[in-house]
Amino acid sequence: MIKHDLVIVGGGPAGMAAAVAAYDSGVKDVVIIDRDASLGGILQQCIHNGFGLHKLGEELTGPEYASVYEKKVRERNITIYNDMMVTCLTADKIVTAQGSSGILKIQAKAVILAMGCRERSRGALNICGTRPAGIYSAGTAQKLMNCEGYSVGKKVVILGSGDIGLIMARRMTLEGAKVEAVCEIMPYSGGLTRNIVQCLEDYNIPLYLSHTVAEIHGQKRLEGVTIAQVDENRRIIENTKRFIACDTLLLSVGLIPENELTKEAGIPIDNITNGAIVDENRQTLVPGIFACGNVLQVHDLVDYVSDEAELAGNGAAQYILNGGCKGDSVCTEAGNGVRYVLPQRVNTGTGKDVSLFLRVTKPYGKVRFTVKSSENVLAKAVRIKAAPGEMEKITIKADLLNNITEPITVELEEV
Amino acid sequence: MIKNITCIICPKGCSLTAEINEGIVCVNGNTCERGKQYATDECLNPTRTVTSMVRVSNKCNCMVSVKTVKPIPKGKIFETMELIRGAEVCAPVSIGDVILEDVFGTQVIATKNIDR
Repeated sequence: MIKHDLVIVGGGPAGMAAAVAAYDSGVKDVVIIDRDASLGGILQQCIHNGFGLHKLGEELTGPEYASVYEKKVRERNITIYNDMMVTCLTADKIVTAQGSSGILKIQAKAVILAMGCRERSRGALNICGTRPAGIYSAGTAQKLMNCEGYSVGKKVVILGSGDIGLIMARRMTLEGAKVEAVCEIMPYSGGLTRNIVQCLEDYNIPLYLSHTVAEIHGQKRLEGVTIAQVDENRRIIENTKRFIACDTLLLSVGLIPENELTKEAGIPIDNITNGAIVDENRQTLVPGIFACGNVLQVHDLVDYVSDEAELAGNGAAQYILNGGCKGDSVCTEAGNGVRYVLPQRVNTGTGKDVSLFLRVTKPYGKVRFTVKSSENVLAKAVRIKAAPGEMEKITIKADLLNNITEPITVELEEV
Repeated sequence: MIKNITCIICPKGCSLTAEINEGIVCVNGNTCERGKQYATDECLNPTRTVTSMVRVSNKCNCMVSVKTVKPIPKGKIFETMELIRGAEVCAPVSIGDVILEDVFGTQVIATKNIDR
């Protein structure tokens, strides 16, 4: 067994930003382990632009954004293991990986989990019908197309209006395919509004809200799907069924944080985010193990992933150098209209501002968020509109966190 | 004529209204200057950045991602795609390498590093 100060599981945007932050905070023995042949994670296949507006002040494509961070990693003396998959993690921070360098067993002082997320697949949806070729998760189709140069299909239906599905609707249209429909089971889209505009409306691709795919047809290759409207309980309305001929069905039906290692190490998971329960430094309930990026909560913007990873990187460095936070903490709670709040715990009296990240339960018009602990108002924020697809960030000033002992709640009211 | 526009400059996606009077655009609902510019352009000369990929001829199953340096007129997207589809490069490729010169007033450049 070899020893390293900090092991980071995953070399995507979260892992890279965490590594750089930890290194710059004074931990020089940093290792990144990634199962792919190169760094960058999912960004490598996200060839569209729109990355980095917040964080870097310019609009980049996914591979360009990745290369900015890869350069930072390579400029520092950070060890990278590519083609290596972490297969085991223990609560006492022993990391086992295997792959091109054989089997690697590392005793780490701290670990940062940055494994990202994976897509929900057809199996999770219970769609009736046959099992022909031509059904892909949107991200798989994206990789086949953008990284390997395959044409995925010619007549396409997309189920789910998450951002990857919307981006792929445009991508396939540009490559000559006809996207017949995007069906969304909810009465609103799960993607960013700008993607509805620039990926669907620009190309006159119809978006059917409160619609789903009821049946899949075809023997060898997909021949078509039956789509149908759903009622308010998401049950199919029989007389709205109609057939659409297509050779390809893309599924963009949600992302699942990839927390198998986290669970194996006995780290408690939040039932709503499906990621670890963390404090504001992104430390899990197992001291010395941190989490950031899509493995912690599914983000809409990579810019926020990088921000979060820096918190985890700094937190892990403080843990290695001086044992980390040891004071009191309070938990956070989602109140009216709020689906979840992250971090789930906040250390009090640390002298630092704390940002809360949250999602609302359904689309709203103008809203006011109030952050309270008992009767103390810690922060207020007004938004012109709020939607589940767009993560909100509210910052609490350091001095207001000094003397609180009661849980911090975030509530929404329509104004 | 009043046009309703959703801004696509940043993820906020502000709802804008633009009123066009004799070639002058009056924008409402924007929360930043870039939004105002976007709505104006969207009325007078809508543009989009095109991103795609180009085959790397000396590597198997290898594509390099590319983009237009500046947005091109919205009506020229499919023509731009045709030009990009016709292009081919040899590895090594670096980010910023020019793949196509002069595509509707801008260039198409590589957005990924590809080793030899």
